[in-house]
Amino acid sequence: MAKWWALLLSCALAAAALGKEAAPAADDPVLEARMQRIAVELRCLVCQNQTIADSHAGLADDLRREIREQLQNGATDEQVVQYMTDRYGDFIRYRPPMRASTLALWVGPIALLVGGLLVLVLVLRRRSRLGPEAFEPEPADDDAGPAKEAS
Amino acid sequence: MKSLRFIVPLAIFLVLAGFLAVGLNRDPHMVPSPLIGKPAPAFRLPRLDEPSKLVNRDEMLGKAWVLNVWASWCGPCREEHPHIVAFARTKQVPLVGLNYKDARSDALAWLKEFGNPYDVSLSDLDGRVGIDFGVYGVPETFVIDKLGVIRFKQIGPLTPEVLNTKVVPLLKELNG
Repeated sequence: MAKWWALLLSCALAAAALGKEAAPAADDPVLEARMQRIAVELRCLVCQNQTIADSHAGLADDLRREIREQLQNGATDEQVVQYMTDRYGDFIRYRPPMRASTLALWVGPIALLVGGLLVLVLVLRRRSRLGPEAFEPEPADDDAGPAKEAS
Repeated sequence: MKSLRFIVPLAIFLVLAGFLAVGLNRDPHMVPSPLIGKPAPAFRLPRLDEPSKLVNRDEMLGKAWVLNVWASWCGPCREEHPHIVAFARTKQVPLVGLNYKDARSDALAWLKEFGNPYDVSLSDLDGRVGIDFGVYGVPETFVIDKLGVIRFKQIGPLTPEVLNTKVVPLLKELNG
């Protein structure tokens, strides 16, 4: 695994040294802007926490070239993204598509939040129905036993 | 009812801990390839030793074969190389090298120095065929069946363990 660390370090160093996005080929600013827009949505698989727009890895260079050429040849943004997913899988997309295998990813956080709120509401409601004898008295005597359980 | 108060949080904790444990033991660099089970991408590339001769994918149809992506600039390829050489000696299947984004002279010198296990190496100078194969971490190795379908992909160096437990049994099955 040492080599992955080396790779990671070299990615980090490269990013630190340059600190800006890779220089665009400025011959067609409109196309270049489109290319950038697509590239920021795509993960560089060599330096996984960088986008293809940010990364200085050789592969990211090649993929930017590929996007540029496909756009020049009249491909739509969707076609370019599809081209990338066909080769590298959904993992290359920072926003993976919603499907059965990614459902947990999309629904999970919302489900957890809703579940948590539900539990909170239930607990609070039950407590509000309890009389004062169910709770610990004021903390005057500190070795009082634990509160009586209501359930 | 009272025991539920302990069991429920404990269960949630265990489930979370289970997910995290699996996550820790997974290498995020091993991205499952969408190409498994799909036909190998078409290519037409010059031979490394004789650039005037081109090799295309369909010449390889009819037999299972192994494609190993390598480069002289790639450190882990050196690590993998002796295992590839040992595997090639068993002569089970054609072994094709994809020389990925390499200078021809460097690649030839590398093979001369460390030995050439490949039946043929193909020059992918600009890395386009590499992109078609979804290559992102050289070395990579593909097992391709008689019909030209990719059946297995190894990202990173092959080890004797991977060769013996995955590649060789798969090749036996494909050739059987």
